[in-house]
Amino acid sequence: MKPPQFEYQRALTIEEAIAARAANDNTAILAGGQSLLPTLNFRLGAPDSLIDISRIPSLSQIEITDSEVKIGAMVRQRQVEIHDEINQANPLLRETLAHVAHLVIRNRGTVVGSLAHADAAAELPSVLLTCDGRVEVVGPNGARSIAADEFFRFHLTTALKPDELVTAACFPVLAPGTGWAFGEIARRRGDYAIAGVCVVLSVDSNGNCTSASLGACGIGSRPIRLHGAEKILVGSRLDEDAIAAAGDAAREAVETPDDTQASQAYRQQVLATLVRRNVVRAAARAGAPA
Amino acid sequence: MSTQMFGAPIPRNVDPRLLKGEGAYVDDIPLTGALHAAFLRSPFARARIVSIDVSAALAYPGVAAVYTCDNIGSLDMEMPLLVPHPCLIGARTQRPLARDEVFYVGQTIAMVVAVDRYTAEDAAALIDVDYEPLDVTVELEAAAAEGAHLVHPDVAGNIAADFTQTSGDPDAAFAKAEHFTKVSVRIERSTAAPMECRAVAARYDGATGELTVWDSTQGPIPIRGGLAAIFDIDEDKVRVIAPDVGGGFGQKVMLFYPDEVLVPNAAMELGAPVKYIEDRPENFLGSNQERTQVHELELAANKDGEVLGVRDTFLHDTGAFIPYGIAVAQVASTSIAGPYRIPNIWIKFQAIYTPTVPVSPYRGCGRPQACFAIERAMDKLADELGMDRIALRRKNMIRKDDFPYLREGLLFADGLAVRHDSGDYEGAIDMLEAHMDIAGFRAEQAAARKENRYLGFGLACYVEGTGLGPYEGAHIRIHPITGKVYVNTGLTTQGQGHETIFAQIVADQLGVAVTDVIVTEGDTLAYDWGAATYASRAAVVSGNAVYKTAVVVREQVLETASGMLEVAPIDLELENGEVRLKGFPERKVTLAEVATISNPLRYTFSESSKSAAQFASSAKHDRPPLDEGAHPGIEATDYYSPPCATWAYGGHAAIVEVDPELCTVKFLRYVCLHDCGRVINPMIVEGQIRGGLAQGIGGALYERIEYDEDGNPRNANFMDFLMPYATEVPEVEILHMETPSPLNPLGVKGVGEGGTIAVGACVASAIEDALQPFGIERLHEVPLTSNVLHAALDRAKAGGAP
Repeated sequence: MKPPQFEYQRALTIEEAIAARAANDNTAILAGGQSLLPTLNFRLGAPDSLIDISRIPSLSQIEITDSEVKIGAMVRQRQVEIHDEINQANPLLRETLAHVAHLVIRNRGTVVGSLAHADAAAELPSVLLTCDGRVEVVGPNGARSIAADEFFRFHLTTALKPDELVTAACFPVLAPGTGWAFGEIARRRGDYAIAGVCVVLSVDSNGNCTSASLGACGIGSRPIRLHGAEKILVGSRLDEDAIAAAGDAAREAVETPDDTQASQAYRQQVLATLVRRNVVRAAARAGAPA
Repeated sequence: MSTQMFGAPIPRNVDPRLLKGEGAYVDDIPLTGALHAAFLRSPFARARIVSIDVSAALAYPGVAAVYTCDNIGSLDMEMPLLVPHPCLIGARTQRPLARDEVFYVGQTIAMVVAVDRYTAEDAAALIDVDYEPLDVTVELEAAAAEGAHLVHPDVAGNIAADFTQTSGDPDAAFAKAEHFTKVSVRIERSTAAPMECRAVAARYDGATGELTVWDSTQGPIPIRGGLAAIFDIDEDKVRVIAPDVGGGFGQKVMLFYPDEVLVPNAAMELGAPVKYIEDRPENFLGSNQERTQVHELELAANKDGEVLGVRDTFLHDTGAFIPYGIAVAQVASTSIAGPYRIPNIWIKFQAIYTPTVPVSPYRGCGRPQACFAIERAMDKLADELGMDRIALRRKNMIRKDDFPYLREGLLFADGLAVRHDSGDYEGAIDMLEAHMDIAGFRAEQAAARKENRYLGFGLACYVEGTGLGPYEGAHIRIHPITGKVYVNTGLTTQGQGHETIFAQIVADQLGVAVTDVIVTEGDTLAYDWGAATYASRAAVVSGNAVYKTAVVVREQVLETASGMLEVAPIDLELENGEVRLKGFPERKVTLAEVATISNPLRYTFSESSKSAAQFASSAKHDRPPLDEGAHPGIEATDYYSPPCATWAYGGHAAIVEVDPELCTVKFLRYVCLHDCGRVINPMIVEGQIRGGLAQGIGGALYERIEYDEDGNPRNANFMDFLMPYATEVPEVEILHMETPSPLNPLGVKGVGEGGTIAVGACVASAIEDALQPFGIERLHEVPLTSNVLHAALDRAKAGGAP
């Protein structure tokens, strides 16, 4: 369990990092290292070169505007979890991060690292997707922004090019009165989810649901929006029947076949149950009548 | 009189050092210029090896040697069968490096020794092996069935052992019984997963011919004996040290693993120290595992609940080899009647080869399987007879006045008769029942069901034959400079806290502080008679050896001090590191002075020597300085050899809440009642129970070593093999009972495995109770993962549950 030989490069600026990326098409970005280093130690990956971006000062920034929480590529998960202003702006991050691995891992792991790693069972990508967030990317030809829906392509695969670097993730600020919830079932506390569900919804003064975004992790080859459930909820009064129907509608989103951890039927049941329970929680937070 | 240390919950004397990171494990031993070993392991469960080409690996810069079966001389042999038994059929053990064939994924084929581990792994990847893969049958029942692919071509039916034991007259019991209950149960494979994986380092001194081996083992003395025999050198030229060891749980009492002979061999051949530090994936592939068994058990009972007989036949998965003989299966078979009288027993097992990692004892050693089988059957019998589960058990328990209770005809793993020596089994179940407030719980359960919350109560009782022979010994010496007491034993510690309990035993005899008793374990240079740490035997076998030795030393101290103080030994007391005249505490000598005066060759280097000079009158002028038969110094060696196992027992009870939608299990209460005889240190006993429970919870709900149909391990890492975290292990309420063992002077029984044994049966019982409203089938397998529970609930739904 020792990594194969690799070159180590420490970039001090984004430009240096991009230059190093462009110089070799088999590089890996070293940020928190919480997924990359085990991959190397198991010899599942053999990049020629690791580009350490931890000393690039601009990547450690957190910016909160009226519309977005912008989290730099070196911001640790734990920093975000305990950040009160981020929690004001988008409380989903704190609620979700409590499910992400364990404290010692969140102390080192970065939010952007988890997004760029793009494990299909990881929690944070499903939150970015559900919130309609985006990532900022820099490459040899300059900067671009990639919407979450476009970014996550497949398990461990994103729209990032080999010569690009994700510099920040942007999570939309939730408007006042928005209901939200994240919940998951993992075999053990902190493990990757068998299924996890993220909910963002709003309710008008008559108790009708005016918008609903639902996303899930662990059920397919990438984080998945639960459009069927969303359609049922929007316009409904979020009553028991509508919520049950939304849960049932979500079942068909499960792509993962039977595996040794969970049969497809069990995953579907977990997903449906989490949709129902998280919609109820989100509705209560949105001030919907119980 | 000072406070008695025996029974006191004093902190473990090793903890400050270990918690501050000052422990020294094998990898921490500084070995200048050490080379590092890495293995090439088989990627196939069964294959013929056509050719091995090591040339690229040998040429790789930094490589010192590459070993295959062709260049290890006399080591190219089947390794010893540790526990022979007449019922073994063609017993197979592993070769250090595969010759011609491989038998499981992970089997060692070549060892590379290089300047560092990175280089060794790089070079191992360059070894070119040409395999001819062979068909395999992996799953236990399939491997035992007709037409299965054979693991060893000349072992028919994959049957490694076939053994039947009988007690009483089971046929007569089954002929006259009024009710029969049958269960089929399945227990899956797990692994001990010690925090420190295995490790071996060796250094050879060509000038003196001395071989020193540091081994993360539970048995350095047998390792030493084995290495001396294998290398044909005298035992005194081989020193084996088990330094701090980070957990073993049985996995490290297996010998020999290939590295344990190959690393010393390389050190001798290459003239440089060599180190092999097993990593976590290797621990899953190359270190022994346990647990897979499938039982078909039938109870014969009367309608009033009296169980007249049990018949059990089971398959035991022994993996690709059977180095431990039938030990695990034999312990399972002799524990099958649990704490119950059940006077008529017929039990048959077959140990089956499968092309998987070999099996040897892991904490519990067959007992969790036996407990699961009998306890699940007792629950079923109670339900069928309409009896309370506790009442049924109480009715059948061995009664207080039945002890010693002999199961005539059953032989335990030590080759001796199964004889439950002592206990109060009925008292135990009474205590557990009262503590759980069953009536109160049933009301709570009914109320919860109205809110669609599903609570369940489960319970399981167990027995554990502990403290197996043959013997252990101790050497104790009082040092003349400080008066401190040095205790050397043949045992090893993997973190249990032996050092503390042995010190407590000695402190009481010699009137010294526990901190002034220095215990050395696991170094054959310090002490080299004894077996190893296994079978919950440290407190029983070594504890009594230490006690007996301390009594002898105490007599020597009193004898010598009586000469110094010119009073009779009976008038003396030992306290505070001093020997005092009772009632006249100012008339005293220190232990250091006693130790000094006991050596006729006294120098005056130390204060105690100088002060001892005042007792010169006790020196002799008319005889040799040492009497015939006497020895210098205050020291003794003594041994304890148990007449047979001493049986600990207990019961576990749990209250769980099951979420029938998410299929998750939450513990609301978990209670362990246990009786390990007299308790030396309650804190250490509770630590053993908590640790045992954690491993039991793993087996009950989470852990399963998975192989695919080709024999590839599917979850050989901590991400996919679900060892429970602290968040998954419930808080436990511990109830102590103390029935002294009549078999040994201290009255102690072992407690190392009791925390593990009953967990699976107890948890299954509780979940089954919780899900009873869904008409769920009986839960007769572990681990009960969420996936398994979902499938069971689904089947209940499909079957038109109420």
